[in-house]
Amino acid sequence: MYGKGLRPLSIATVVAMAAAFSLVFFYAPLDADQGFIQKIFYLHVPLAIVALVGFVIGGVFAIVHLRSGERRWDAYSYVSIHMSVIFGVAVLVTGSIWAKASWGHWWVWDEPTLVSFLIVFLMYATYYPFRYAIEDPERQARYASVFAITAGAFVPLNFMAVRMAQSLVHPRTFATANGGLPGSMMLTFLVCLAAIALLWLMLVKFELTAKSTSGQIKRLRRALDAPAPGAGSRIAPEVS
Amino acid sequence: MTPSRTAFAAILAKDLRAELRTLQSLPAMALFAVTTFVIFRFGLDRTSLSGSLAAGVLWATLLFAALLGVNRLFVAEREEGGFDAIRLAPIDRSALFAAKATALFAYLVVLELFVVPVFALFFLDSAAALGPLLAVLLLADLGLAATGTLISSMAVHSRARDLLGPLVLLPLVVPLMIAATGASEPLLAVGGPGYDRFGTWLAVLSLYDLVFLLVGYAVFDFLLED
Repeated sequence: MYGKGLRPLSIATVVAMAAAFSLVFFYAPLDADQGFIQKIFYLHVPLAIVALVGFVIGGVFAIVHLRSGERRWDAYSYVSIHMSVIFGVAVLVTGSIWAKASWGHWWVWDEPTLVSFLIVFLMYATYYPFRYAIEDPERQARYASVFAITAGAFVPLNFMAVRMAQSLVHPRTFATANGGLPGSMMLTFLVCLAAIALLWLMLVKFELTAKSTSGQIKRLRRALDAPAPGAGSRIAPEVS
Repeated sequence: MTPSRTAFAAILAKDLRAELRTLQSLPAMALFAVTTFVIFRFGLDRTSLSGSLAAGVLWATLLFAALLGVNRLFVAEREEGGFDAIRLAPIDRSALFAAKATALFAYLVVLELFVVPVFALFFLDSAAALGPLLAVLLLADLGLAATGTLISSMAVHSRARDLLGPLVLLPLVVPLMIAATGASEPLLAVGGPGYDRFGTWLAVLSLYDLVFLLVGYAVFDFLLED
């Protein structure tokens, strides 16, 4: 039942990604300062925004789970955070590439947004060992939700603290989304943001579908009373 | 239903009495901290510290010593069936959170009463910074007590509890450590304490404390359900 709408969503994602990349390479002007490398920002910034929003969405699902007690909300929360962590890896890699091209080092400590993102990523990376160290599924779901809420409160605090720890006010090389972008760059950026958001949504839907399908198969097997090969996958909260 | 305040006082008194009689956490934490100072003395090859180096050594040591206390915080509840008893008792569950956080806060204060003077004795030229440092220590302890209690109560139910507590807690307290070291650094600078952005950092610490005390209070009920 989670598979419904998966095909149109996938097609929309492919179209949006194709449009976004053609805009990035053929339409958006070259940055006067940074040249070609600036184009990685059309990938880096949307990935970061989508990942952070995904963490927040995971926290909201966790709140709904604790309030309603329905297990599927925990699965939504898990998949949101899971996908955002994967996007987070991409954010750190693209950020590193940009730092190397722009400052000559693979990692720079005086870009507060990047450092904050690393800390947030490290925080959410502990979600997996935390979750799978708790055996009872009911308790696992509840504790994972508490984790998601706590980490959600931690994200803004962390961004604030890291930003304030900069002893010098570092000039922002790029105005992000809202300031100082010429129209053509802004348009490209927005299309990229939409494409990455669609990609996130599609992957989340795919994972939920896969989980619910394997859950169904397991239940059918159990109904047939046959031992399931490779049963008891630990890597997932199940979706009914 | 027993009033929350009575339950809070009873649990807190039980915890402090148990710690006084068994001395499970505090001596280990203090010993750990002092040994860590000695290791830093040789690791950094410095006999006196100031500024950011002093703040870093002090806070890294206090944080890791605090982790020892955090790890042990709920072990008795888990092993001796304290959780079941609390669940059966007609009390507000948040009383347990408040009492445990207060107990951890008390451990940290007692630890620092011993460890910070030792730090000054080992590494600092003058003790002038210790007065204003007290405010930073108290606010940071409050934040550590809130997050430590929350994480410890979850980690204790897991398979790898000794591993999991520090693993989750460390990234969670990064903002707290940024603010604490930021406030301590000018205090420990050469040539007497400075107050560069001292108020701002205290405000960040207070905000962190407030947020995680509220989060802990709000979600703790769900951790005890069964």
